[in-house]
Amino acid sequence: MLKYISKRVFYAFVMLFVLSMVVYLIFGLVPIDPAKLSCGTHCNPVVVEANRHRLGLDIPLWHQWWNFIMGLFQGRTYGEGAAMIHCPAPAFGYSFPNNACVTEVMAGAFPFTFTLAVGAFILWMTIGISFGILAARKKGTYIDRLSTAFVLIGSSLPIFILGLLIYITAFLLHLIDPITQGTWVSPLSDPIGFFRNFIFAWITLALAYAAIYTRLTRSNVIETSTEDYIRTARAKGVAERDVLYRHNLRTALAPLITNAGLDFGGLLGGAIITERVFQLPGLGYMSIKAVLRDYDLPLIMGTTLLAAAFFIFFNLIVDIAYAYLDPRVRLN
Amino acid sequence: MSHLLEVKNLSVAFPTEDGLVQATDDLSFHVDLGETLAIVGESGSGKSVSSMAIMGLHNPKSTQISGQVLISSLGHSTDVVTASSEEVRRLRGGTVSMIFQDPMSALHPYFTIGNQISEAWLLHNDGTKADARKKAIEMLDLVGISDASNRVDAYPHQFSGGMRQRVMIAMALVNHPKILIADEPTTALDVTVQAQILKLLKDMQHEFNMAVILITHDLGVVAEVADRVNVMYAGRLVEEGSVNEIYKNPVHPYTIGLLASVPRVDQAHGTRLKTIPGQPPSLISLPGGCAFEPRCEFAKFVPGNLCKTTRPQVEEKHTGHLARCHLSAAEIKAHQ
Ligand SMILES: Nc1ncnc2c1ncn2[C@@H]1O[C@H](COP(=O)(O)OP(=O)(O)OP(=O)(O)O)[C@@H](O)[C@H]1O
Ligand code: SF4
Ligand SMILES: [Mg+2]
Repeated sequence: MLKYISKRVFYAFVMLFVLSMVVYLIFGLVPIDPAKLSCGTHCNPVVVEANRHRLGLDIPLWHQWWNFIMGLFQGRTYGEGAAMIHCPAPAFGYSFPNNACVTEVMAGAFPFTFTLAVGAFILWMTIGISFGILAARKKGTYIDRLSTAFVLIGSSLPIFILGLLIYITAFLLHLIDPITQGTWVSPLSDPIGFFRNFIFAWITLALAYAAIYTRLTRSNVIETSTEDYIRTARAKGVAERDVLYRHNLRTALAPLITNAGLDFGGLLGGAIITERVFQLPGLGYMSIKAVLRDYDLPLIMGTTLLAAAFFIFFNLIVDIAYAYLDPRVRLN
Repeated sequence: MSHLLEVKNLSVAFPTEDGLVQATDDLSFHVDLGETLAIVGESGSGKSVSSMAIMGLHNPKSTQISGQVLISSLGHSTDVVTASSEEVRRLRGGTVSMIFQDPMSALHPYFTIGNQISEAWLLHNDGTKADARKKAIEMLDLVGISDASNRVDAYPHQFSGGMRQRVMIAMALVNHPKILIADEPTTALDVTVQAQILKLLKDMQHEFNMAVILITHDLGVVAEVADRVNVMYAGRLVEEGSVNEIYKNPVHPYTIGLLASVPRVDQAHGTRLKTIPGQPPSLISLPGGCAFEPRCEFAKFVPGNLCKTTRPQVEEKHTGHLARCHLSAAEIKAHQ
């Protein structure tokens, strides 16, 4: 088991390393010049070149990449003297439009994204799994048909429509105040304000994801119920309740770990549409702004890498959880 | 005196989109302590469906069951068909146990074998987990798993097919059942392992003094281990008798055909094995007459259209030897 885990961890690091190279290469090739963007409208070539040097963009791409990697561990200093800017480790670069280190910008946005992801995750797992189990147990009844309708609507309705519908409803019911919506409220000092900020975004994301988890749970439980070992459990006198909760769900829900881990890991990189609709300045909102408005290359690169890192990290968690659950994986 | 297990007019049908599948039809037989009853018949003849009905394992919502399945235990008899689900649950794994064809998939992949045997014991006994574990080790030892006190913590995938079937047997017998139903317990195993498992079943039967119902395709196995035989065709019992009677004096055309298709030691060299021509009928809307009629070589000896129009009833052809055919034993013999 330990060997298995260390192998997975090693692979995860290799993947991140390679990924940083690929991202760097891609962004090195796009026709955007951060040096030009950094010096505003009244600009002359001398300033552009000075900025280029200050940002460390006047050296070969591979060297830039290496500086970037080193910066993650050691922090980076741009320029000299009075114009010197220092970004402490882990430094992802400097964002001119925000006048701040990329790490700082991302750290400011992360609480929104994290809160959104955790809340939605808890909601959709609870709804999806319970509804899925219920539908499987009541297969063929109106409850099952209700679940099918839910799955159909939840998975076919685009999230921006779902989000807008919920936003407008909440607005009309005076449950959302567009002025204050999206300013960070500490859950400790004002729990109600904190919930008001997030609850509708949670519901939006949770409904969309719960549909998938309802479908998965339902079909896995039904499929598992035809397995020989379920018949064996009944044959030895296990009560129906325990057949479901002890014997069936154990195997039926294990594959959901993969989905759950990857979906959650994906969301930690930012839920672009939901954050945008509900005015939550999280990583998703921030990166879309960086792409569409500011052409803020360092920030785009930072959020891309961060999102990828979350994804890879949760991939790792999934692998370990799966091995923990399934002895066939663990003992091989 | 009542029998240990008595099945009376058992019918099991599944409503499907294509119609009602009559998988078991008017089936009656009995089993007593210490004996081995073999059930033979082609694939789809209702062997598994009827044994699942004995265990009360059919989903009541999607199955129509009528008739009686009477199990005598501790001086009183329970009808599995009408008893409450809780009563039936207590019988299962306690008084009557079952092992299945494919030991590869019959054990839960996530639990250790010790855990699975312990669970079976704890369901029917008062005791601690430690007691149950001791019991599991004892049973594993009994079914011939070496180093049982260590292997008890192994997972099913770490065992070979034969070993897993041993585990299944240990689990089925942990509560000393009166009846063990073995549904093709060796079909999925290597030939060499098959003999070992059959011998183990025989040993266990002596050890625990129970009735064994052995479902099999293998008529050679039947001759070796069974006392009596039920021959099934299209969900119906067509012949029942002692092994000796059935092999020496089969009185149903289907049994005759079945026996002719098995290689025999006493057969002259060069005689070709005969197969029964045709296919078994669909179990949806069986014709009114004899289910075997379309394939029967003897139907032409029955006067009129009787085989086509009238369903034969089970009759005693010799003492203790039953068959479902319009022809008498003597007529069959005369035309063979
Ligand atoms: N749940 C069900 N729904 C519909 N039909 C079923 C169901 N279970 C069994 N059957 C049908 O009942 C018939 C008898 O099946 P059964 O499993 O008893 O055959 P069998 O004699 O055990 O055959 P085999 O030797 O292949 O195991 C088959 O035609 C099967 O397709
Ligand atoms: S009843 Fe007729 S068709 Fe059926 S087995 Fe006897 S002879 Fe053959
Ligand atoms: Mg079968």
